[in-house]
Amino acid sequence: MRHSKRIAVGPVQFRIGSDWPEPIAALEQLYAGYPQDEARPADATVCLFAARSWRRWVRASVHSGGDFVVPAALPLPLSMGLLAAEMGMNLQVALGWRRHMLLHASAVARDGRALIMSGESGSGKSTLAALLGEGEWRLMGDEFTLIDPVSGDALAFPRAVSLKNEAIAAVAAQVDAARLGPLMAGTPKGDIRHLIPRAAAIAAMHEPARPALLLFPRFGGAAAIEPMGEGEAFVRLTEASTNYVALGEAGFGALTRLVRETPAFGISYPDSATGIALVEQLWAETK
Amino acid sequence: MGRNKVSAVRIFVDLLAGRREASALAPRDWDGVIGVARSEAMLATLAHRLEGADLPPSVAALFADQRAAAAVAQQQALWEAEMARRALAPQGIEFVLLKGTAYAAAGMACAAGRQIGDLDILVLASDIRRAENALLNAGWEWVKSDPYDDFYYREHMHELPPLIHKSRDRMIDVHHAILPRTHRITPDALALVSDAVASADGFAVLNPADMACHCAAHMLADGDLQGGLRNLWDFHLMTRDFAATDPRFWEQLDRRARLHGLQDAVQRAARLSRDLYGAVVAAGWNGQEASDRWFRQRLFARDDWGRVTRPLLEQAFYIRSHWLRMPPMMLAQHLWTKWRKR
Repeated sequence: MRHSKRIAVGPVQFRIGSDWPEPIAALEQLYAGYPQDEARPADATVCLFAARSWRRWVRASVHSGGDFVVPAALPLPLSMGLLAAEMGMNLQVALGWRRHMLLHASAVARDGRALIMSGESGSGKSTLAALLGEGEWRLMGDEFTLIDPVSGDALAFPRAVSLKNEAIAAVAAQVDAARLGPLMAGTPKGDIRHLIPRAAAIAAMHEPARPALLLFPRFGGAAAIEPMGEGEAFVRLTEASTNYVALGEAGFGALTRLVRETPAFGISYPDSATGIALVEQLWAETK
Repeated sequence: MGRNKVSAVRIFVDLLAGRREASALAPRDWDGVIGVARSEAMLATLAHRLEGADLPPSVAALFADQRAAAAVAQQQALWEAEMARRALAPQGIEFVLLKGTAYAAAGMACAAGRQIGDLDILVLASDIRRAENALLNAGWEWVKSDPYDDFYYREHMHELPPLIHKSRDRMIDVHHAILPRTHRITPDALALVSDAVASADGFAVLNPADMACHCAAHMLADGDLQGGLRNLWDFHLMTRDFAATDPRFWEQLDRRARLHGLQDAVQRAARLSRDLYGAVVAAGWNGQEASDRWFRQRLFARDDWGRVTRPLLEQAFYIRSHWLRMPPMMLAQHLWTKWRKR
């Protein structure tokens, strides 16, 4: 492809090709601080391409493909090329990665122990992780958390955090503007702006952390904490995993161990400050 | 791309054929090889082929993941075959496993790392309604709800409309023949079933010559050569191993191919497996055919990002597949109906 960029996020080495320079330039800005190993072959390929050659110039529309292609995926305008790249990277990992059990969950770590937060889009798991990552915590990832079936450890996937809608202003108020990507307004997922994780979080992206607390946040409603049984946590996490079935017995073993060894809670919170207070409270109690 | 640079798909085929050493690849070469292998759904096949080779550490790790994942997938595919047996055996319906699941059940070399999609089985045409009922009673349900597609399958195809199991989410294709009813060629389905053999774990699979005939038919007479490199790899390994255990295998293959009307497909598959994978074929199979060139070009039509190149050639093979599948008037009607529904 005409333009390309190599990005390593956690254990995954990507190569991203594009028919246009703009998405690659945007990725170069977001991922400038990530480790570069030119000698390392790519595990996963993402292609951003025009379905018809003239669509490269006229009302340019970006299709996202690569190793795996989802036929129903809608193209995006060139101004949202960065979102297409992000979705492409997610897709290739979700469908292609087999070394670890993938959880659709955010995670942060402290003292070598991980807090894992799983929830639907809109639960606030990304925002909570981003805000915690600006404090005492190491951001491990806002989208995927990887569980090593052998050791049971959580591994980081700290791609640029995808902030949405109200979360953009909440986080932007706390960070240096140089760590924010361009604002993409009115995407199919709402307004989106990326946050570059702190340098220390990127530098530590290969350090595993022991799962210590599992949370299932829900944004909205009064502050509440509800302990969750192993069975419910197990079922929710099978639904949050993109490769649980494909891993077979190894996936079952990893997930069983995770829910047996890690206390789990559902939390409801009306605003981010309350959410963070609940997290800190539960963390202190599980020590 | 430089003039002298070898394309990733050719390096990939060379690696499978054993014409090129993995250790001779530059780190950047692996990007394209892995991308092409993934696009062909053959990354785990390559991982098996290069097990123990001198590889960059990250490639060795990725290949180990792929081998482990393929082993799980194969176990799941065989479990699905067992589920079909439990649904059909009490009704006295015998079935023959086809394609990937059959290769796995028979412990064949081409099964190593081979991706297995749906469960494909072959039953006698006289059993097809009872097989359908038994599967529906055992938890499978229809995938397609479109009345035209359903009608089309039942009237003209060689299989039931696809069924999916409601709790395991796995598809089954129940065939009563190996090519569509309307195809110019009509293989002898009764002979396929009655001459089937038992695999190690008790499933029926096609006999060696029929299995190679079906593989060639599936690749060259039915489809548009999507997944052609994988089907050709299957054909190459199975004919190599069958011939190694039975010196008269190539004769048998010729005889069965004539019976099924598949000589052209089988002979072309043999020539292509020789040309691409370095297969050693029997005397009398070693000819040259000018039109093979188009097939080779179609099989190699991938760029270093794993994308299909040469859209016109791809389109031509798509049209060819339909041309073989149905008579011209019917093709016109079919395409008209499909076009109006777009």
